[in-house]
Amino acid sequence: MPVFWNSVSEFVAMGGYGDYVWGAYGVTLMAIVIEVLALRLRSRRLGTPAQRALGAGQS
Amino acid sequence: MATLTASRSRFFRYASPATFYPLAGRLWPWFAAVAAVLALAGLAIGLLIAPTDATQGDSYRIIFIHVPAAWMSMFIYLVMAFYAVLTFVFQTRLSAMMMRALAPTGAMFTFIALWTGALWGKPTWGAWWVWDARLTSELILLFLYLGFMALQSAIDDTRRADRAGALVALVGVVNVPIIYFSVKWWNTLHQGASVSLTRAPSMAREMLIGMLLMALACWMYSIAVALVRVRALIVERERDAAWLREAGEA
Repeated sequence: MPVFWNSVSEFVAMGGYGDYVWGAYGVTLMAIVIEVLALRLRSRRLGTPAQRALGAGQS
Repeated sequence: MATLTASRSRFFRYASPATFYPLAGRLWPWFAAVAAVLALAGLAIGLLIAPTDATQGDSYRIIFIHVPAAWMSMFIYLVMAFYAVLTFVFQTRLSAMMMRALAPTGAMFTFIALWTGALWGKPTWGAWWVWDARLTSELILLFLYLGFMALQSAIDDTRRADRAGALVALVGVVNVPIIYFSVKWWNTLHQGASVSLTRAPSMAREMLIGMLLMALACWMYSIAVALVRVRALIVERERDAAWLREAGEA
């Protein structure tokens, strides 16, 4: 399957709709990154089983 | 009666946090990996290979996140309502935790559906937002998710919080068919269903494949994230339970 675009700048411009298309994709990526990082922080705060057994990781 | 009890206990085996915790730990990396592969394939097809739409130009490419996100926002709520029923009927601890684990991801997909919809609406309709049936009911869905999460964090007693949350999930589920059928029931600005099982696809093959790949990626992502979150919830709730102290790093 051939790539639809002839150049990178054409791809970025998105036929004049670049702001809308990249605004949509950018914010979606940001939302996913925030969710993953927040979840990782939450899991890390709980500590490992060994830390929990020692009573560490409890706030 | 004995066989019934046996099959029931097998059914409920994975409803026990002690059994589910290590299982979820083993499963989530696979779902995350499959989600990444599907998303990359979907993005490549949607952004690089699929042709421009004849009427909407390249603004239509927002469809590859808008439609999967909107589907997920509704589907996750249905799954939450299913766990709400389990919470009421069987009072299994894990079902209430699954409900909580899904809500933030559902809210995120609802926000994405609304956000990408606004960015798609502006070039196609000339407006970021209109108070039509589809958009308004989707906004109500966002408030239902946020209400559910606020309620869960506002009630200290876990069992009461679970039951209150389950009630919100169940009452709010009537909104999901309203969202889905709003474009049929009312005269809305929003276009009709993009994909239907009863008629031939109305879009180019590459567009359809790209969208379905992205939808599958969203599914896998949601499962992975929900599994990780439910593990955190299990530890938060049962950190003093003997099984969790004895459990190795699973």
